[in-house]
Amino acid sequence: MNKYKWLVPTIYIIFLMLPIYWLLNMSFKTTTEIINTYSLWPQQFTLDNYKKIFTDSTWYNGYLNSIYYVVMNTIISVSAALPAAYAFSRYKFLGDKHLFFWLLTNRMAPPAIFALPFFQFYSSINLFDTHIAVALAHCLFNIPLAVWILEGFISAVPKELDETAYVDGYYFWRFFFKIFIPTITAGIGIAMFFCFMFSWVELLLAKTLTAVAAKPIAATMTRTVSTSGYELGLLAAAGSLTIIPGAFVIYFVRNYIAKGFALGRV
Amino acid sequence: MRKTLNQKAWFFVLPVFVLVAFNAAIPLMTVINYSFQETFGNNIFFWEGTRWFKQILQSERFHGALGRQFLFTFLVLIIQIPLGIAIALSMPKEGVGVSVCLVLMSMPLLIPWNVVGAMWNIFALPEIGFLGHSLNALGIDYNYTQQPFAAWFTIILMDVWHWTSLVVLLAYAGLCAIPDAYYQAAKIDGASRWSIFRHIELPKMKKVLTIAILLRFMDSFMIYTEPFVLTGGGPGNSTTFLSIDLVKMALGQFDLGPAAAMSLIYFFIVLLICWVFYNLMMRHEGHHE
Repeated sequence: MNKYKWLVPTIYIIFLMLPIYWLLNMSFKTTTEIINTYSLWPQQFTLDNYKKIFTDSTWYNGYLNSIYYVVMNTIISVSAALPAAYAFSRYKFLGDKHLFFWLLTNRMAPPAIFALPFFQFYSSINLFDTHIAVALAHCLFNIPLAVWILEGFISAVPKELDETAYVDGYYFWRFFFKIFIPTITAGIGIAMFFCFMFSWVELLLAKTLTAVAAKPIAATMTRTVSTSGYELGLLAAAGSLTIIPGAFVIYFVRNYIAKGFALGRV
Repeated sequence: MRKTLNQKAWFFVLPVFVLVAFNAAIPLMTVINYSFQETFGNNIFFWEGTRWFKQILQSERFHGALGRQFLFTFLVLIIQIPLGIAIALSMPKEGVGVSVCLVLMSMPLLIPWNVVGAMWNIFALPEIGFLGHSLNALGIDYNYTQQPFAAWFTIILMDVWHWTSLVVLLAYAGLCAIPDAYYQAAKIDGASRWSIFRHIELPKMKKVLTIAILLRFMDSFMIYTEPFVLTGGGPGNSTTFLSIDLVKMALGQFDLGPAAAMSLIYFFIVLLICWVFYNLMMRHEGHHE
């Protein structure tokens, strides 16, 4: 049985790659070819779809907008979550358990509930259609997740590390930045990966909170479909390009995923 | 781990508290506010008491969406969790294969949700999509835009495609944390493959699997974008889940009162189930410390 063990992941990966291949396949076809002929690979190979995206500012700005707010959100979430996770892991304080669960409840809240109130709220404080609005809104589910993950990693670090540092004469913040953060880089990597992932893929809130100036790429795609009929080739090219940032991030954290997951709680 | 009592720890938690409260408390107040009132625009509100709550709890439409939601979440969990474990068990433990598997398997997780929907929308079309075309070529009458069963099949398959990797990653991490000594001991005792799984691997994976179930439950229960793009809730109402119904009501029909009441009921259901899960998990953890 062990001889054929590799078959399971292989079949699974093929299943995963099929729809992605289909998307890539279409992105190199013209829309007419997609609609009129069924073929497993492009018959008239074309790069026009990609050219359109890289030359039209409404398209490539969509990518930049998405990347701006995702990066902002990742930085805000992880840097706010770090001290909090440390506190939850090391100290007892008034209401700590309730606070932790309350944080998690926000990860459980369906974004559909918040769509309308968020729109009204961010409009009323003049942040509508800005990158920071989306970055802040995504904190709602990313901060609880980051706290949860980091707390697991921090709890795996023995408390003796902190105590030795204090004996050696480190004051708290120096210890935190010089010793503690380097020890939990794997955890920070995983937390950043998850924040990036959930902010990059979320659309409902991002779409609700933006109009023009900060419109994410995923929303740009939906608009193009409705105005110019189904430009399938263009849609496929734009979709294929949204896979690239994710693939980059995975490539950089691949070693952390294997080792890191095991250490922490997630 | 023993923890020291330190009330100053609140200062560490403060940034997180402020950021999340800023996002959660104020919008939630708006929702609660709407749920008890009727409005005809112009910011004029009338007190309605619990009327909307009664209306929602008694409406066929809500029952339908809730039932479909539970069925969907149940199917997702029952397929993805065992499948995820099975794949994690057969993954290589070392070598280049590990990186290749992890990178390729994580791909679906990082594709924006509406792209996932759009991708499957085309992939499953009978005329031009690989899945639809292949199924029809095999003689199966398949058209997810018209047949409710085909629509369900496509949505479940899409979700399996999209999220099983998360379960795989978590289960694999749990497996990697098991020391080799355990396996050697089992070998000496002549344990069968099944009893190794049942008595070593499964207990060691309990923690990560709880997280996997919790995450999969939460995310499948609030699924919106993918089915919205794939089927738009159709054909008919056959794939209208809670979030789709809610957005339709709030942003489509602008029935703010009922939509707000529904939001609160919806949120309450998720909260209740997660609270039970969370307590089970925490009790389990306390057991081992």
